Amino acid sequence: MNRPTPESFVVRPRVDHEGTELEGDMLEVSMGPQHPSTHGVFRMDVVLDGETVVKLKPVFGYLHRNHEKIAEGTSYLGSMPYTDRLDYFCSLTNNWAYALAVERLAGLQVPERAEYIRVITAELTRLQNHVGLCGFLLQDMGALGTPLMWAFRQREKVLDLFESLTGARMMCNYMRFGGCRCDLPAGWLEQARTVVADFPAFLREFETLLSGNEILMARTQGVGRLSPELAVAGSVTGPMLRASGVDYDVRKVDRYGIYDRFEFRVPLGDHGDVYDRYMIRVLEMHESLAILRQALKGIPGGPVIDPKAKLRGFRPKPGESYGRIEGPKGELGFYLVSDGGPNPYRYRIRPPSFINLTLLEDMCLGRSIADAVIILGSVDIVLGEVDR
Amino acid sequence: MAMPLPVLEELKSLLEAALPGVRTELVPNGPVPAQASLRVAPTDADAAARFLRDDPRLRLDTCSNVTGIDWPDREEKTTSKAIVDGVEKETVEIRRVPGYLEVVYHLYSVSLKHGPVILRQRTANRGDDCTVASLTPVWRGCEFQEREVYDLFGVRFAGHPDLRRILMWEGFLDHPMRRDYVAPDDHEYEPTPHDEVLALAKAHYPAPEAKP
Repeated sequence: MNRPTPESFVVRPRVDHEGTELEGDMLEVSMGPQHPSTHGVFRMDVVLDGETVVKLKPVFGYLHRNHEKIAEGTSYLGSMPYTDRLDYFCSLTNNWAYALAVERLAGLQVPERAEYIRVITAELTRLQNHVGLCGFLLQDMGALGTPLMWAFRQREKVLDLFESLTGARMMCNYMRFGGCRCDLPAGWLEQARTVVADFPAFLREFETLLSGNEILMARTQGVGRLSPELAVAGSVTGPMLRASGVDYDVRKVDRYGIYDRFEFRVPLGDHGDVYDRYMIRVLEMHESLAILRQALKGIPGGPVIDPKAKLRGFRPKPGESYGRIEGPKGELGFYLVSDGGPNPYRYRIRPPSFINLTLLEDMCLGRSIADAVIILGSVDIVLGEVDR
Repeated sequence: MAMPLPVLEELKSLLEAALPGVRTELVPNGPVPAQASLRVAPTDADAAARFLRDDPRLRLDTCSNVTGIDWPDREEKTTSKAIVDGVEKETVEIRRVPGYLEVVYHLYSVSLKHGPVILRQRTANRGDDCTVASLTPVWRGCEFQEREVYDLFGVRFAGHPDLRRILMWEGFLDHPMRRDYVAPDDHEYEPTPHDEVLALAKAHYPAPEAKP
């Protein structure tokens, strides 16, 4: 029997995972993959000096299933339900980004009613993503339970809308190339109007209790700063980029779909810290509600899918296309290369939460490990999308 | 602030005028002509990328998307008809076209709000020489994405600060996004295999030896 003896306990020089010897009191901590603050299975190799982060390397791939390879082995339409599983909070925006790239590749037109439905569902998705994120972020800060459950109560109302529209709360699989799968069920618009009308009251309550909360401010202001120059160079997108004060919203820049018809503002942060990222999400919810009010008022009748759109035997001409939308987490893009066959030759997802993690180390250096947790929370990642 | 982006032909001549000696090639794109791309040799990629980033007319300050494409070796058939001794004969010539790996960069300008400009680099082949220039020193946002291309396609990026696997684990040998990748035989027992699973099961469990 091989029992450890006192001699077998040798004091080795302490090294981190790259083999660099650690000086003084430095300590390497492997945070995750099963850690409540990592939003799934995500690991950070953190080197700490006392409590201060001196090095941080994110490690992922625990949920990697090579989505892109699987999608290259199936038809274009066959990957549509699979895109739901990327960022499982925002299946409808994933559907839209994929549909947009394919429509661009195949030159399909989307009927007006379908464009309105896409805007409505995408903005509802943004609402429920941001409200969920605010709850998770507060949970990461130690406000256990109540804010999260409260945010989720509101999120449920949006998910109920998704369920009555698509049959699924989270895995919606609703968009098709050239439109949407089915028309709105009877009474759905009234139901949606009620949810939209009730939302500001919830937001007011949420903000009164939290946005000016002294503990929240002390915990988040000045934490995890990201300068606008670094954010742009680091390909950071979405609310993270706008929290650093960079005015860039794909809805305004590309004006994809029918976003040019709606009046909305792009909230910008001043400091690029965790508090700004939280506030940007709250303010974006107000803007999404403004878009929703206009879209729910102006939605026309008509077909929801281009009658020329082929669901079977769909073979786009050889070539490539890149389609991107402003997803709730950032710029979500799909890059497709067609060789004229029924399957995409190359299918690439530009995952916003994966790329937003590039600068995680820069944001965490010099902060305490407890701050690293909330900085990660403010990035808003979903591991289904990071690992693909 | 939105400024129109020069069309790609103009951009190509701008680039070649500013950087003598750098040759680029225009790659047309049939279905989406606006998304045609520029191919640049790996030796020139860094200089070209810096020009695209710093030129005041372009200011492509963010590299949004980096991805690889695998083009395996293929055989090209050319049939030619010739009249030999008064009889028409068809000769088929098979030419082997070596494959390569391609890395595609989608560049956007956040400050001027235009894009995309698509930049491509090619490796020499798919075997011993699959190196291209890393653009991480130019755009920080390429860091993880180039690691992903290295991990899944096996493209080596010269000048990348931290080229390690990112989605697969350390010690994994192959590059799963290559077209000729064969998944390892990790067949799990299933009582009633059918279709592909049956083929896997047959390959996994060799046929029992016939008893005398």
